[in-house]
Amino acid sequence: MEIIMSVAIGFLFMAAVYLMLSKSLIRIIIGTGLLSHGAHLLLLTMGGLGGNSPPVVTDGVSVSDYADPLPQALILTAIVISFAVTSFFLVLAYRSYQELGTDNMELLRGTEDYE
Amino acid sequence: MSNLLLFPIIIPSFFAAILMIFPKRLKLQRVLATVGAGSALISALVLLTKVNTDGVQAVTLGSWPAPFGISMVSDPLSALLVVTSSIITLFVVFYSFPTIGVKREQSYYYPAVLFLMVGVNGAFTTGDIFNLFVFVEVLLMASYTLIVHGGEKPQLRESIKYLLVNIISSALFVAAVAFLYSVTGTLNMADLAVKIPQIEETGILTVIAVMFLVVFGFKAAIFPLYFWLPGSYYTPPIPILALFGALLTKVGVYAIMRTYTLFFTMNIGFTHELLGIIAILTILAGCIGALAYFDVKKIIIYNIIIAVGVILFGIAQLNQPGVDGSVFYLIHDMLIKAALFFLIGIVAVLFGTTDLRKMGGLIKTYPVLGWVYLVTAFGLAGIPPLSGFPGKLLIVQGGFEGPQFWGSIVILATSLIVLLSAVRIFVYAFWGEPVETVPLKKSVFNQMFIPTVILVTITVVFGVGAELFMPFISGAGEVLLNPSIYIDAVLKE
Repeated sequence: MEIIMSVAIGFLFMAAVYLMLSKSLIRIIIGTGLLSHGAHLLLLTMGGLGGNSPPVVTDGVSVSDYADPLPQALILTAIVISFAVTSFFLVLAYRSYQELGTDNMELLRGTEDYE
Repeated sequence: MSNLLLFPIIIPSFFAAILMIFPKRLKLQRVLATVGAGSALISALVLLTKVNTDGVQAVTLGSWPAPFGISMVSDPLSALLVVTSSIITLFVVFYSFPTIGVKREQSYYYPAVLFLMVGVNGAFTTGDIFNLFVFVEVLLMASYTLIVHGGEKPQLRESIKYLLVNIISSALFVAAVAFLYSVTGTLNMADLAVKIPQIEETGILTVIAVMFLVVFGFKAAIFPLYFWLPGSYYTPPIPILALFGALLTKVGVYAIMRTYTLFFTMNIGFTHELLGIIAILTILAGCIGALAYFDVKKIIIYNIIIAVGVILFGIAQLNQPGVDGSVFYLIHDMLIKAALFFLIGIVAVLFGTTDLRKMGGLIKTYPVLGWVYLVTAFGLAGIPPLSGFPGKLLIVQGGFEGPQFWGSIVILATSLIVLLSAVRIFVYAFWGEPVETVPLKKSVFNQMFIPTVILVTITVVFGVGAELFMPFISGAGEVLLNPSIYIDAVLKE
């Protein structure tokens, strides 16, 4: 199971890098979404998959039986943060499209002409 | 167990939440922002004295025992940095009154500043590596709003790049935390410091350490990863620039300082040598930038990068003078960068431009401003009695005692370049043929100048009275060099 997850994570990172290297701003935003998905799945996988019991210590349940609860708490936090950042990025993209009249990163280059 | 160390985080967030209710009431916004930042500063000062008398303070939220609950830890280093960042935020609030403009003030400027303070103070205080990520995100979110605040065209363009760089580094941060968790099974920094030496395969930990260096390096703007900084920092107005220049990169520096002294010490021969080399390259890259531009903002922005390199070089030596020097220089740099940005803000307002070649002769009309600038510039370069000197002296001494003596020579040589770049502004803006200045009301000038002078005075006191502050500094250095103090305070709560 961990192998499948690793491949999925790798694929997500690959797709994210591909999208983020494109010129269109909206593709870049989708790329950042995929990147954070990959990171979240990595967090889940690194806690160790497997185990069916709930993470409550009772009789007859050993440590190896239950799933690690901590990565789930961490993912929840990380998802909320990336959700907030992505929505901010979308608003920023919309505003800058209105203001600058383009969503092409090539045309946003340059640091000297501040006009 | 005392909850005192949570106050510098809770108070600004409380005031920011209140301020968001009535964005249009200008007077109330200003008063409440001052009260918020001021009371956070007072609580930080109380915290510093408490830490200094009673040792490291730790709180586990929800009273779960230490490795399981989320720990907040205030050791001398983090208490000092919380005090410094609170001072700077307070002065930035004062400096914003005349400079930021009513339109910006009425669209949630002060809440964003206070939330930035929450993030910075939280990142300095937290004792849990995932919580560090959360607080860094809090401060980044506030910085996103501030960098795009006002929505001018260049601001929008540069903030897209700033946002993208930080999203990528945040994703890497989560990935690095995931790897660290899979290897050690804990995220509490003190617990990590206990568990990491027990792990025999140091190879994977070295990889994780370098990954964290990349993540924090994005925030701290170290050598190959500083490319976003000059462009992004150039666009926002001066008070925001001062806040960013003084605080944001320093969080990354603090994070490297903390992780590279507390637990990533399993393979010093590789990781710390790498850090030292990168620090020197950062200094050189910053020097090239600082000399290349004829623009006051750019020159000081590149000086941020130089300072990051100097601080990290002290950490890389991992001996007592180096670490003490880094702590001293970190605090000095936060104060002096804010003061310098305030000063060039006044200069830029007076000339109506940031281009050095269009300036001149200000010393005749504003002599006090000129001399205050000169003192600050000397402080930045480390002319002896001023605050840059003791820190740099200790760092250089640490370099000579440590393995990388050539680094110290580079730092000494580049001090001259720093001096040149800062004095160049003085020569162009204050000497030469007088250029017509923008008329400025005396009261507005004073509103900008008085907070600046007080901040410069603080840096001068910090430099001249370095003996007075050395107990705090060496206390911070001692905790960094002996992780056992930190570990005991957290785990034996």
